[in-house]
Amino acid sequence: MNSSEGKLKSSSSELDLDRPNIEDYLPSGSSIQEPHGKLRLRDLLDISPALTEAAGAIVDDSFTRCFKSNPPEPWNWNVYLFPLWCCGVVFRYLILFPMRALVLTIGWIIFLSCFIPVHFLLKGNDNLRKKMERALVELICSFFVASWTGVVKYHGPRPSMRPKQVFVANHTSMIDFIILEQMTAFAVIMQKHPGWVGLLQSTILESVGCIWFNRSEAKDREIVTRKLREHSQGADNNPLLIFPEGTCVNNQYSVMFKKGAFELGCTVCPIAIKYNKIFVDAFWNSRKQSFTMHLLQLMTSWAVVCDVWYLEPQNLRPGETPIEFAER
Amino acid sequence: MGNTSSMLTQYDIEEVQQHFSQQEIVSLYERFCQLDRNGGGFVSGEEFLSVPEFAVNPLSQRLLTMLDGLNFKEFVAFLSAFSPRATVQQKIEFIFKVYDSDGNGKVTFNDMLDVLHDLTGQFISEQQREQVLTKVLEEAGYTKESLLVMSDFVKILGSSGLKMEVEVPVD
Repeated sequence: MNSSEGKLKSSSSELDLDRPNIEDYLPSGSSIQEPHGKLRLRDLLDISPALTEAAGAIVDDSFTRCFKSNPPEPWNWNVYLFPLWCCGVVFRYLILFPMRALVLTIGWIIFLSCFIPVHFLLKGNDNLRKKMERALVELICSFFVASWTGVVKYHGPRPSMRPKQVFVANHTSMIDFIILEQMTAFAVIMQKHPGWVGLLQSTILESVGCIWFNRSEAKDREIVTRKLREHSQGADNNPLLIFPEGTCVNNQYSVMFKKGAFELGCTVCPIAIKYNKIFVDAFWNSRKQSFTMHLLQLMTSWAVVCDVWYLEPQNLRPGETPIEFAER
Repeated sequence: MGNTSSMLTQYDIEEVQQHFSQQEIVSLYERFCQLDRNGGGFVSGEEFLSVPEFAVNPLSQRLLTMLDGLNFKEFVAFLSAFSPRATVQQKIEFIFKVYDSDGNGKVTFNDMLDVLHDLTGQFISEQQREQVLTKVLEEAGYTKESLLVMSDFVKILGSSGLKMEVEVPVD
């Protein structure tokens, strides 16, 4: 900051500190010359900028802010609105919800009755089986989406099945990938969940070639990286979808993407998913709610409205490291 | 939202209220609960390190020795030095505590050297640091062997304005 015309030549010069330039006072050769009197003990001892930053980070930081679920804004209560809201609640819980549950159950019945035979009978004929399973998975996802009365608008060209392609998307809730699966069957990389979701994951999703990981296992990363590479090289594998943020974000900020997705040396096609907050808050705070509760909550809301934007594919620019690529 | 405030009673607030307003204490409590992932009632050093902006701070290791295992009361006490209503004396006391790693009330040459190292480590060598520190100490009337106490710090840092404030977000 205070670079004065020092008689003392400094050694290196990229000092980027928010403090008087200490190097002005470093002796050159062996003689110690008179300091300019600008650097005093006071300046050396004053660590308050660094402390202030640390305390600021403790009190609030932008990373954690991404994960706060927004409290629902209180409506303007008045005499007219309240009964309307009550009616709305009644409608949602007693009428919409059973209808949706019914739709979902029918969907599951159809799906299972087609899937299980296909899975076992067509064991020999892999290609055909894969195609049918893909179609079925797409079907069940449509049912899911319908069960929340999801209104999804897709923008941009649909992804095609090409090798060496990786899709990345922001992640707000588990339903993200259901919405995306509805259009095209992706293979996803996800964390293994306990409960009935885990069961689903291991049986059905295996058919579209999903990759599992376990955050708690340290060695897992290398295994997963290898699997990712294999998968993306294979020409007839389903296109791979990755949520690089690593976890669910509350759809307002975008956490810097973890670099793993970008190290694979493939074309990266970004997908952006934006939910309309007026209808429902789709953010799934996985620490606070289990998936079942979350599903139920979605089913009892009015609708899930979201936009899916397929963005332009990006390639690694020559000389760019994966980290820089991720930052773009 | 509702369940965190009900765990914090008015009595608790008054106990820790030194320099923060009621609202700020409630916000701090929420923040404390956010940081305290396992819900044990205290925040461990690791939980502090999980805040990336804190982890990259050069003084994080030194601060961690002061921060490890704090309960909410201690957490507020720690942060009270950063309140705009804290006196300069309190801020200087805080800085003194950061320097005085063994807590014996005296800051040695090595303590100061260590903090300087944390802040400037890659840019200048150890020898240069020592030279600068010695020179500056002598200029201020101390020697390399002096042990600085609280009143010395007050003398050194008290004269010019010390800016050390953090704003607690209140929503």
